[in-house]
Amino acid sequence: MPLITKPNIVDTDEFYAKLLATHRGLSEAQSHALNARLVLILANHIGAVDVLDQALELARDGA
Amino acid sequence: MAYAYTPFPYVAAPGLSAPEPRHKVVIVGAGPIGLAMAIELASHGVQATVLDDNNVVSVGSRAICWSKRSLEILDRLGVGERSVTKGVTWKVGRTFHRDKEVFNFDLLPEDGHKMPAFVNLQQYFVEEYLVERAIELGINLRWKNRVVSVEQAADSATVTIETPDGRYSLEADWVIACDGARSPVRGMLGLDFDGELFEERFLIADIEMQGDFASERWFWFEPTFHAGQSALLHKQPDNIYRIDLQLGWDTDPEEEKKPEKVIPRIQKVVGHNDFKLDWVSVYTFQCRRLRSFVHNRVLFVGDSAHIVSPFGARGGNGGLGDVDALGWRLAAVVKSTADKACLAAYDRERTYGADENLLNSSRSTRFMSPDAGAERLFRDAVLHLAARADFARPMVNSGRLSKPCVYPLSAPDADLPQGAKPGAVAPDAPIENGWLTEALGSDFVLLALGAAPPDVTGVRILTPAVTDTLRKRYLGDKPHALYLIRPDQVVAARWISGTKADVEAALAAAWEGR
Repeated sequence: MPLITKPNIVDTDEFYAKLLATHRGLSEAQSHALNARLVLILANHIGAVDVLDQALELARDGA
Repeated sequence: MAYAYTPFPYVAAPGLSAPEPRHKVVIVGAGPIGLAMAIELASHGVQATVLDDNNVVSVGSRAICWSKRSLEILDRLGVGERSVTKGVTWKVGRTFHRDKEVFNFDLLPEDGHKMPAFVNLQQYFVEEYLVERAIELGINLRWKNRVVSVEQAADSATVTIETPDGRYSLEADWVIACDGARSPVRGMLGLDFDGELFEERFLIADIEMQGDFASERWFWFEPTFHAGQSALLHKQPDNIYRIDLQLGWDTDPEEEKKPEKVIPRIQKVVGHNDFKLDWVSVYTFQCRRLRSFVHNRVLFVGDSAHIVSPFGARGGNGGLGDVDALGWRLAAVVKSTADKACLAAYDRERTYGADENLLNSSRSTRFMSPDAGAERLFRDAVLHLAARADFARPMVNSGRLSKPCVYPLSAPDADLPQGAKPGAVAPDAPIENGWLTEALGSDFVLLALGAAPPDVTGVRILTPAVTDTLRKRYLGDKPHALYLIRPDQVVAARWISGTKADVEAALAAAWEGR
């Protein structure tokens, strides 16, 4: 299955604001830890290894 | 070509020699919003008196980006076509990160609207056109009349005014404060804003430059010519370009305004030094508003009521939205055809509109000027991904462009196209001999499409031939519909089949502000 790279969130601005709000008040180390947990949660939700492989590759590009 | 500022003539007010009869409406401030307010009231048969502490139009471009809805309002006031003809119509925006274009957008305006999506036009031109229109309508404009105090009684307000010939007082049924972000009237009433003050400053400059820049909006995140900050370039008429540069909080605004600081920065943006600096200003990002826009006999409209960070064109456009919502109601109150309780609906609708603008502006500001930590991390991640994946592009936020809000009305609705639902501005469409927005005018209209309308007192019937565009925007797959449209062109209610009683009830509710 191909990784969805087209916009797929109905209200992007609302989601982005919620994402930042979830981090508010955390230290940098706590934020990194939150992000790590979030990646694991979302990866488990996706499940399909071929999709996750493509996501890992896209995230690594240009790093 | 730099703008030639011509002072308006000062005339000694009658009130300096003898007390004036009580005025219906006094407007404080002859900026675009105060002038639009006066013209709007005049179109409803109410002559206001406008006071301004100065005697020229705004210095510098200031509000430059006028939205489609604002152009429709300006058109109703009589200066829309002039503004579009003079303005620069644009629809493409380009976003750069460092020195690479990450993506561009095309507003792709839909066909079948009289007005374009946006035009860029310096505020001074809009004010000039509005002043000429106000004079045509016989509106009393009093230059160099500075309000120094406001006193309220139960059913009136009295302003004391300082002029070059001394002081005088005016009593009025209503005072409308259109005196801008630093509103002296707001201060005189002891009112203050609630909301966020961001620790961010931008420098804005107008430059005159011969060149062939496209009519586009260019926005840079962290360009090499202005390391770590943001920059925006916009084209205006007469070879004037507007440049906005993020300064950061730890800078001294007075220092940054000096030409020896500004000119080298602009050289880096445009890549040469063949330009003339026309105007420079520094502003602080704020997203704040008054809790209420109605304070007994004093009404707040425009920046005096709410201020937003400028990216997204929500200052001037938001102010015209206020004028739109207040004019017909206040005129009816003055003429005693509506109760003053209906002004509560102005407050409710425009605080709602202001909150939408504040929310959008706060989000844009956070994206442009992220706090250290997670905000910065995600902002940079979005910009990184935007060059590689489509999904990240709508996350890039350099200002969400102003659209009119949809008021949350609890009005009769039907299974008809969403774009024309109650609370939304009635979408434009071509009709015989013109445009729907022109035919809607300034009164309550019952738009009957494909069916005969009931006869209701107090509404004007409009029955244009049903064209494909009207069908698409107002009917969808239904054979006929009835739309009650307010004087501000907001849809008040709609039915597939509506009776006389339905329309009468909706009309009463709209007047009562329900």
